[in-house]
Amino acid sequence: MTRLETSLLDLLQEDCRLPLEKLAVMTGATVSEVAEAIDNLEKDGIILRYAPTINWEKTDRDRVEAMIEVRVTPQRDMGFDAVAQRIYGFDEVKSLYLMSGSYDLLVLVEARTLKELAMFVSEKLATLEMVTGTATSFVLKRYKEDNVIFTQPKDDGRQVIVP
Amino acid sequence: MNYDRFVNPEVAAVPPSGIRRFFDLASTMRDVISLGVGEPDFVTPYHIRNAAISSLLAGETQYTANRGLPELRRENAGYMEARFQVSYSPDTDIVVTVGASEGIDIALRAVVSRGDEVLLPDPSYVSYSPSVLFAGGVPVPIRTKAENGFRLTAEAVRAACTPRTKALILPYPNNPTGGIMERADLEALAQVVREKDLLVINDEIYAELTYGDLVHVSFASLPGMWERTLTLNGFSKAFAMTGWRVGFICGPKELMEIINKIHQYAIMCAPRQSQVAAIEALRRGREDGYHDIVMMRESYDRRRRLMLEGFRGMGLSCFEPLGAFYVFPSIETTGMDSETFCSRLLQEEHIACVPGTAFGESGEGHIRCSYATALEKLNIALERIHAFIRRN
Repeated sequence: MTRLETSLLDLLQEDCRLPLEKLAVMTGATVSEVAEAIDNLEKDGIILRYAPTINWEKTDRDRVEAMIEVRVTPQRDMGFDAVAQRIYGFDEVKSLYLMSGSYDLLVLVEARTLKELAMFVSEKLATLEMVTGTATSFVLKRYKEDNVIFTQPKDDGRQVIVP
Repeated sequence: MNYDRFVNPEVAAVPPSGIRRFFDLASTMRDVISLGVGEPDFVTPYHIRNAAISSLLAGETQYTANRGLPELRRENAGYMEARFQVSYSPDTDIVVTVGASEGIDIALRAVVSRGDEVLLPDPSYVSYSPSVLFAGGVPVPIRTKAENGFRLTAEAVRAACTPRTKALILPYPNNPTGGIMERADLEALAQVVREKDLLVINDEIYAELTYGDLVHVSFASLPGMWERTLTLNGFSKAFAMTGWRVGFICGPKELMEIINKIHQYAIMCAPRQSQVAAIEALRRGREDGYHDIVMMRESYDRRRRLMLEGFRGMGLSCFEPLGAFYVFPSIETTGMDSETFCSRLLQEEHIACVPGTAFGESGEGHIRCSYATALEKLNIALERIHAFIRRN
């Protein structure tokens, strides 16, 4: 990782709409150097996409999220990866992690209604032959995501003018 | 009731701060983007806040020693040694103050007798000149210029000296210009300081915020200058701790005795929780290579480049600031004075900047823009200032 790449990742994570010209000014590189570095970060699978962080609670879209702890039997030769593949294929699965500790996989699931979500667990997830047990916890409120605190006051607390 | 009889005429004669009017105006307006804020836009790092909370919960609510918690003074001494190669004894050479602001006040009161002249660069931070006046001294501003990087030159200091000159305030990296003094500049200055037998009050509050490969050189680290220097520092800028009001003064014990005399009678001690937080800031910094500072400095540096490029792109002449978190572009080509420019910019574009004249007469023709503000706001502000300049 070059210093330029690290700086670009910091800046883009804060605001991925920054134009190349501004990124170049702020990092002290040329526009073409910045463009090339970003291309490489994309090609190397380091930058995967450019997406906003959304506070869905403020929208009118119905949405239920849950975190499901899943215990599984690892598959011969393939270990957990084959199990993961079977699970992350479902559209309902937002994120999937292999975990250390008392369970194996953590599945973040999103559905429109509680009923849909329950159906997903009971009919799609729990019925997979390698799944030996699940524990579902519903998300009640999101406080912070991707470094953004959702309940942060808009005013930054500083006086308008300070000498 | 007529209060003239009660008011100290010498205090009444000191002009009010030049930013007051802008503050009043900007406070009444909604949707103002302010580039007028001279404090970090970071919240104090969580581990530091947490240390103060733990201290409160543990019931540590008493006064501390006048000079400050011994552990904090040990950390201060270690910090000055590690960062700036200057040695101070925690027992005799350091007093913990209520921000560097208290440091300025009590250092001047300890040193200045009625009629003593105190040299200071112009433009510079708003409180030096009034503090000299409150101490009974005479402030002697020395004009600094963009073409010299707003440095204090040895020649200008020599020329300003009279038999009554006692001290020099050395505030670099500088608010409002962002100018710095490099080793060679300071060495030249040290000659004059020796020659004219001056004391230097070195305000290093922005010492951690220098950019490029430049590292701040502390005046007291120059040969023969330790004995002639009071070094002021604090936690506000380096650790984003403005509201905690905690700083420190270091200097020779003979002077620190006098300074501590004022501090103990006027203040007693700096707030305990702030001192505890300061210990945490320095201790963690020592252990992790001052990670908090490194992160913030990198973030400021990116915004610094953006602002510099932004103003130059508007066709304004803008000195490249290498310290603090301000740019100080010249707005002379617009034909407006600083005050008019800032008033109209606020009224017409809802952008608040501080007129250069708030920091001394030599600030005329400049505006101070702080880039300690969110990137997206800086971008909007630059666009609106550009639109304003195109219209005028």
